[in-house]
Amino acid sequence: MGYFLIRRTVGFVLTLLAVSVVVFAVMNVLPGDPALTILGLDATEDALDALREQLGLNQPLLTRYFLWIWNAVQGDFGISHSFRVPVSTLIGERLPMTISLAVAGMFFTLIIALTLGIGAAARHRKFGDWGVMLISQLGIAIPAFWLSILLVMLFAVKLRWLPPGGFAGWSDPVAAMRSLILPTISLALVQSAVLARVTRSSALEVMRQDFVRTARASGLSRRRVLWRHVLPNALVPIVTIVGMQFAALVTGTIVIENVFYLPGLGRLIFQSIANRDLPTVQALVMLFAAIVVTANFIVDLLYVVIDPRLKARA
Amino acid sequence: MLELTDYSVNFSAGAALRQANLTIKPGDRLGIVGESGSGKTMLALSLMGMAPDGATLSGALCVDGIDMTQRNEIEWQNIRARRVAMIFQEPMAALNPLRRVGDTVMEPMRVHEGLSHDQAQARALSLFEEVGIPDPAARLRQFPHELSGGQRQRVLIALALACNPALLIADEPTTALDANVAVLITDLLVRLSQERQMALVFITHDIAAVARATQDIVVMYGGDMVEYGPTAEVLKTPHHPYTKGLLDALPDPSRTTHDANGKRRRLPTIPGTVPQLQDLPQGCRFAGRCPVEVPQCAAQKPATQSFAVNRSSACHLNEGAKR
Repeated sequence: MGYFLIRRTVGFVLTLLAVSVVVFAVMNVLPGDPALTILGLDATEDALDALREQLGLNQPLLTRYFLWIWNAVQGDFGISHSFRVPVSTLIGERLPMTISLAVAGMFFTLIIALTLGIGAAARHRKFGDWGVMLISQLGIAIPAFWLSILLVMLFAVKLRWLPPGGFAGWSDPVAAMRSLILPTISLALVQSAVLARVTRSSALEVMRQDFVRTARASGLSRRRVLWRHVLPNALVPIVTIVGMQFAALVTGTIVIENVFYLPGLGRLIFQSIANRDLPTVQALVMLFAAIVVTANFIVDLLYVVIDPRLKARA
Repeated sequence: MLELTDYSVNFSAGAALRQANLTIKPGDRLGIVGESGSGKTMLALSLMGMAPDGATLSGALCVDGIDMTQRNEIEWQNIRARRVAMIFQEPMAALNPLRRVGDTVMEPMRVHEGLSHDQAQARALSLFEEVGIPDPAARLRQFPHELSGGQRQRVLIALALACNPALLIADEPTTALDANVAVLITDLLVRLSQERQMALVFITHDIAAVARATQDIVVMYGGDMVEYGPTAEVLKTPHHPYTKGLLDALPDPSRTTHDANGKRRRLPTIPGTVPQLQDLPQGCRFAGRCPVEVPQCAAQKPATQSFAVNRSSACHLNEGAKR
């Protein structure tokens, strides 16, 4: 177990390093001169040189990479060119929005998908099963941004129950929650369509196994057999997909935050790319990658928590 | 405590169990033998109310005098574990791999009898001792993959005994085990049946195990109960041609390997295999493989003939024989 933890932690750090190299390389190979972007096309050559010197753009690539990493580890991602404030400040302001969306989206995804998936497996080849399969097929086919536009048209424009977009800040929690309901549902519905199918097929696989018959023979109710015996054994594939979906939810906020005009990291990265704000884009891409890698790391640890047999092998 | 009257399990493809009649009293030890596909497991699952989806049940299956054939799942849940319990063929696969075996054994006690965790644990501990699991307190906390096959089967027996059932059905409990472990498990089941006055239905294709463990025997073929009687008598003087074939097919160590002419003896076998459900003959199910078949066999189901109070067989050749 100890060995397993060390191995996975080393792998985790190495992956992040590899990601940082790729992010840095891509950002610096892309066309566009940050100094030119900042000062505009009319800037004199002297002013551009002075700014390049100030931004450290004249130093060798390798030096700049290590400086970036060294500062990033300490929480310093440089100064945003377009907002003229530290990138860490920008991230600090917008991270709660994106994390709230992703965590709430994941939460509802799990509730919807596990209920529908287990329910469909319990009604295998019956009406309820077909219904879940049909709806989830629709959910997979519908893109999140289109679904969110439909939801806005229904709940905000026609029924006027919820705001169509925008965010007034966290100071009024009720208003903040109301603003997040539609974006969360848009994220969760699409993801839960995939997860419900995975849950269903994984549960069906488990239900064929002998210990499920043993549980039934012990006089346990169907519900208890499903949730206490079948579901835990069906979790390994489910957790794998959930890890991938959490990453998809975090990156999915880029689209959703733009549809609903929410001040989160997704909207920030969109704006920064449009503004050629190199330090911000670089930091955000790195941050998104780190969230994805962390999600996979946690999934690896969860496998061992779920299945005691893996502990012996690990 | 359990009685089957003309009990049948039908599928659209055909009858998996045909007009079974059986009475089990407290403390009875009944063996059920037959090849794969003979309906043994279907009978066992029926006694638990666990016949597969799509089965139509007819006749009567009475538990404690109440006909359970048309009862729903909830009513069966109250019978299972408390009146009728079952252990299965594959101890490797029959335990939830993610649960400590102690928790598995305690679950029915807590669900059915509302025992507290400590009460259930105390009972699980004494059950582990009763079924002969060494170092029971430590075993309670182990996972199935940490136990051997024999240990797991003992855990499953402890699980079946959790709510003190009046009948234990053992469906090929020893098939997946080493021969010496199989004997130990068989003897354990007999001892538990005697000590607890618990009826035992022992399903197997191991004739030696049946001879060792049971008082009475049912021989099944193609969903029919073809012969019934005291185990020793049936094994000594079988009436039904299928039972004879089954017994002849057993290797006999006392027989020489070569006959008088110096030719190598071959083990007698029953020609052919058990047909698929939809291909079973309408009359006697054994028709087509039977060495003493007469024309009426394939068309007409032979009636069950009683030879004594507790001895019967279903074969046209026995008809007209003395009662």
